[in-house]
Amino acid sequence: MIELKNVSKTFETANGKVEAVKNVELTVDAGEIFGIVGFSGAGKSTLVRMLNGLETPTSGEVIINDVRIDTLKGKDLREQRKKIGIIFQHFNLLWSRTVLENIEFPLELIGMPKAERETKAKHLAELVGLGERINAYPSQLSGGQKQRVGIARALANDPDILISDEATSALDPQTTDEVLDLLDEINQKLDLTIVIITHEMHVIRRLADRVAVMENGRVIEQGPVSEVFTHPQEELTKRFVSSEVELPQTTDVKQIAQKLLQKNPTGKLVELRFSGQQVERPVINELSKNFPELEISILEGSIHQLADKGTLGSLFVQLNGTEQKVQAALEFLNELQVEAKVIEHG
Amino acid sequence: MDSQGLSSYFRFSDVNWPNMWEATWETIWMTVVSVAIVAVLGLLLGLLLYETAGSNKPAVKVLNWIVALFVNVFRSIPFIILIVLLLPVTQVLVGAITGAKAAIPSLVISAAPFYARLVEIAFHEVDGGVIEAADAMGATKWQIVYKVLIPESLPALVSGLTVTAISLIGYTAMAGAIGAGGLGQLAYTDGFQSYNNAITLVATAVIVIIVFIFQYIGDFSVRKIDKR
Repeated sequence: MIELKNVSKTFETANGKVEAVKNVELTVDAGEIFGIVGFSGAGKSTLVRMLNGLETPTSGEVIINDVRIDTLKGKDLREQRKKIGIIFQHFNLLWSRTVLENIEFPLELIGMPKAERETKAKHLAELVGLGERINAYPSQLSGGQKQRVGIARALANDPDILISDEATSALDPQTTDEVLDLLDEINQKLDLTIVIITHEMHVIRRLADRVAVMENGRVIEQGPVSEVFTHPQEELTKRFVSSEVELPQTTDVKQIAQKLLQKNPTGKLVELRFSGQQVERPVINELSKNFPELEISILEGSIHQLADKGTLGSLFVQLNGTEQKVQAALEFLNELQVEAKVIEHG
Repeated sequence: MDSQGLSSYFRFSDVNWPNMWEATWETIWMTVVSVAIVAVLGLLLGLLLYETAGSNKPAVKVLNWIVALFVNVFRSIPFIILIVLLLPVTQVLVGAITGAKAAIPSLVISAAPFYARLVEIAFHEVDGGVIEAADAMGATKWQIVYKVLIPESLPALVSGLTVTAISLIGYTAMAGAIGAGGLGQLAYTDGFQSYNNAITLVATAVIVIIVFIFQYIGDFSVRKIDKR
């Protein structure tokens, strides 16, 4: 559906050339949610702006539904843009218009008669859960509600593609999840292709089917979300994944770990990583059955569901026993294909 | 009779009220007509300044330079000089060089560049993200102007027009001194030159009231339209 072929973009600035995007190859399939993750300045915004011609590549091709976008101009380009909905970090609503009028905006651009566009806008307001607030002005809405208006407006032209440009980055965690749920619902209901750019791995985990990781203008890694989460290859990807999956080592955990280590100086603090099938296995039970003389203390654990139905779990435990026994236990975990990482030695 | 004493200000029996009324209406007429023309002309000039700013194309750069020069030159000329300078132009345009109608060309030419700058500033303050959003939705340049730029900057456009209107009221008084009619002329010829201070005082009071009314209408409209 979307194809980027060896796309590069160089900006000429006063301080010389800036290569914002370098040799990017990407394919997004119809109906999928594709995530692009990276820190700010990684080139993801520039990349995504090429999808609707707000930016033209210096070299390479941008193809959407077999149409080359990067060479379109004038009326053809405007017509193409109407097929792509876009939602923004700062919502970009018109403060001078009510919710309903904001949703009607793209329909006015195509000259749809008033009665017709009102009906359609009302329907869209219902879809995003703002049916009650159609006469409110943006200044009277919360951030989450504003983004819902943004989503409804982006959907008004029945686009094939929805681009989300850091759409949840200005929202609090709970509102973020609500908006993500809405995007997920829309993806399924309307069979829409969604391209999400974000710096939050959380968004990718919750929503995306496939993900591309960008750094310094390049796509350094891409693949299905469950694969990238369980077996990240690049250093940056590992950092992104662990920022989302790994437990934040709170002071509480550290204190208790310290105490346990003082009590059992020979013990080892181990982080266990589960993915896929292992999540449902009684690993700790098997461990204690096989090593009855080993003491196991559980410190903290968590489990994460990935958008493409993969699962990821992690557990902090302390293993207390003789050196050989602990070593044997770690080997046993390895056999079970549970990743075990010793964090602090006693 | 002491025509210079303070008490002379309050000899209201000297005031010819029908003349006062007529002059008031002339002032209001000059102000409203010139404000209406300035609103349209200033909006177009301001839009031209806004759209041609920051372009890399040589032709557009030259256009921006010409418009900016025109605006800056006419904004710098003191009104009393401008009105004299434009007398031949007024003669051609209106067919007369005295009367309320004859004041309109110089009023417009002095105020339109001023308002054009205010319009340009108002447009520049419209959130760039909103314009980009409209662009991304496939809006034409013209659609962006009348569906985004103007509605989103309307409070600033209206308050700018209020400021312009109030300075125009001042200009009408100056124009009055050289024969445009209105309260300015009344205060100057019937008041100052005829040693009739009461007329000058009343004319002043009426001008102040007109200014207040314009300010009130302006502020009220801004409050009504501003939904931010």
